[in-house]
Amino acid sequence: MTDTIKAESAEALVGERLEQLLGGYDPSVEPQEFWGNQYDLGLAWVQFPEGFGGLGVSPKYQSVVQGALEKAGAPTWNRELNLLGIGMGAGVLAAHGTDAQKVKWLRPMFTTEDMWCQLFSEPGAGSDLANLSAKAVRDGDEWIVNGQKVWTTLAHIAKWGMIPVRTDPDVPKHAGITYFIVDMKAEGVEVRPLYQITGEAEFNEVFFTDVRVPDEYRIDEVGAGWRVSMTTLMNERVAIGSRALPRGGGSMEAAIKAWKDYGHADPAARDELVQLWAGWEALRLTTLRANQMRKAGTPGPEGSTGKLAWADLNKAITAFTVDLMGWDGTLYPGGYVLHRPTEFESEGSPQRNFLRARANSIEGGTSEIMKNIVGERVLGLPGEPRVDKDLPWKEVPRG
Amino acid sequence: MADQALDVDFALNEAQEMLRQTTRQFLADRVPLEAVRQLADTEAGFDEKLWQAGAELGWHSLAIPEEYGGAGYTFAELSIVLEELGRALFPGPFLSTVVMAADAILTAGTEDQKQAHLPAIARGERTVGVALFEGPRGANLDDISMAAEPSGDGWVLTGTKTNVVFGQAVDTILVAARTAGGLSLFLIPSGTPGVSHEAVPTLDPTTKQAQLTFTTVSVGPEALLGREGAAGPVIERILRLAAVGLSLDQVGGAQWCLETSVEHGKTRFQFGRAIGSFQSIKHRCADMLVEVEHARSAAYHAARVTGDEEELVIAAPLAKSVCSDAYEHVAGETIQILGGTGFSWEHSVHLYFKRAKSTALMFGDARYHRRLLADALGL
Repeated sequence: MTDTIKAESAEALVGERLEQLLGGYDPSVEPQEFWGNQYDLGLAWVQFPEGFGGLGVSPKYQSVVQGALEKAGAPTWNRELNLLGIGMGAGVLAAHGTDAQKVKWLRPMFTTEDMWCQLFSEPGAGSDLANLSAKAVRDGDEWIVNGQKVWTTLAHIAKWGMIPVRTDPDVPKHAGITYFIVDMKAEGVEVRPLYQITGEAEFNEVFFTDVRVPDEYRIDEVGAGWRVSMTTLMNERVAIGSRALPRGGGSMEAAIKAWKDYGHADPAARDELVQLWAGWEALRLTTLRANQMRKAGTPGPEGSTGKLAWADLNKAITAFTVDLMGWDGTLYPGGYVLHRPTEFESEGSPQRNFLRARANSIEGGTSEIMKNIVGERVLGLPGEPRVDKDLPWKEVPRG
Repeated sequence: MADQALDVDFALNEAQEMLRQTTRQFLADRVPLEAVRQLADTEAGFDEKLWQAGAELGWHSLAIPEEYGGAGYTFAELSIVLEELGRALFPGPFLSTVVMAADAILTAGTEDQKQAHLPAIARGERTVGVALFEGPRGANLDDISMAAEPSGDGWVLTGTKTNVVFGQAVDTILVAARTAGGLSLFLIPSGTPGVSHEAVPTLDPTTKQAQLTFTTVSVGPEALLGREGAAGPVIERILRLAAVGLSLDQVGGAQWCLETSVEHGKTRFQFGRAIGSFQSIKHRCADMLVEVEHARSAAYHAARVTGDEEELVIAAPLAKSVCSDAYEHVAGETIQILGGTGFSWEHSVHLYFKRAKSTALMFGDARYHRRLLADALGL
């Protein structure tokens, strides 16, 4: 009963705020100003507390907000533009940040005035992230950061970076990590483009040389960085795994287009095409089911398979699409022009998408790591013996 | 409308959850795998008392309208039972009676026929075998050539039907034949003079089959289901429902296989470790989970659009192809993970492996259904 009343009042509150935001909506307003208003009205992340871009209501109302914005033709692309901030950083701040930190970072993140990046992988710490060796040493109210991070998306335009570093090499690897927000424009931060298989540099290498980070930029306790990193990764994997896909859309659309454009009729190829279509549709339905279950508060194993399944399927579909193109598949339209995109690029030629897809089973957790996670956390299988578990980090062999 | 069909609601309500629990509990108590194996050694292949008990629990009546003695629910409720039956390897003519025949009668039957048969099906007092095809490649309407000639005010049926599931044990037969007007369906008692059945040994011991021979079988006008020559769309519909029903059976069985593999991975020790801690086993199990969850989504979706023919044309072959492949693969992987035990007669996984292959082939295999899907998508 009280839940019903609560639900009714939450719905009324969201409706009222939407009316304030969208009543007499003027499309000529700058998107950043609009997003600022949206944040101030508590419609950025409705589940966050009031004053931090939210209303303290169930997250399910966010879909109401998104629907209303789209209907009104209001800008919603900040979530894509600043994906690492809005999609992951906000969740980290909400779960582990102090109120002062939330006030400092959430609003400019949401308006995209401040772009965010995530500094996790290192040359020596990929799947074994906890083995990271970039370090921070305390110096009064500051920390001094040294080390190298790699595969950092949008580091060259980001203002803030989320970075776990080693603050205690004398304890086992998971226990000696602390998590900071670092100013990417600070002295000693050097960002270099990392050109990839497609010729683009979506990612960067970032070098830290005696970078001073105030202690107020530390997230959670000293030594709690692994926990905070896990929150970040869970948000990332859910974000990758729960994207709604249209039936026959995305890379499947390109496959069907190539099938038609190149006039194919071979039964074996047709069977392969439909097999991929069916896999894509089963993935779409599973994502839909998982999102429904998550919203209903009864998430099950269906919510853990999305990223894993998508990676394999997208690789197979994009490779098959190039197959359908015959000799055209051997070309690379525009050539390998080294360039550095300033935002996420999801579109491209089938050949480019075929190459880009190789990363799907590596980025955001390799499929091998995802299978360990699914096997151990979802299915309850025992973990592997870990030889480095109780060793001080500095004694663990690496290379 | 199309969008609604694309985005069905997967959540179960309280009554549906309850139905799943009671069904699973009943099957665990009354039809454990030992019982399934005993029934597999009998000629009938199923147990009349269990059949009755299932009907008393309401399984048979779920999707039958109240005016014909049913509970008036939908295929979504029936799908819960079908999945649980698959998980338990329940033997019996449930698919042919409750899914296919009941729907054919409801779709095509005269009012008298509905009153005569549907309440009996709902009460568990009728078992129906579906006799459509006449050879190993039977999958669609082109594969039906048996003739029915008019005689007096009735009909004479002559020919042979193969692969009639539980055809040796059912009391009623739904048989397809060609008349001057086209394809027609007849519903006749299996004891009708001139009908003989020959049980054939099956790959899957939980699914009996018989070949039925019709030697100038005379039947009355009431045997014709609905209108003469109008059975084509009715048969196409029950073939789609059969595909959906089998998909659900496959999801239930595949889930059992996954759970069995995981349990073995936790309890079997080699090299001083539970074998599930090895990535070679763990990753296989994770892959199996992906397959099972995708199969589940396809089957659940199909079960929720049986009333929307336009979407069912896509959803049914999608489910049958995805679930057939998933079940076959997951059952095969389970044998591999169990090692020698998996190859033994003693462990029951072989029954799942056999049911996986058998259900994959029945009413057209995965490739056949992908062809249907490609046609439906205009590819």
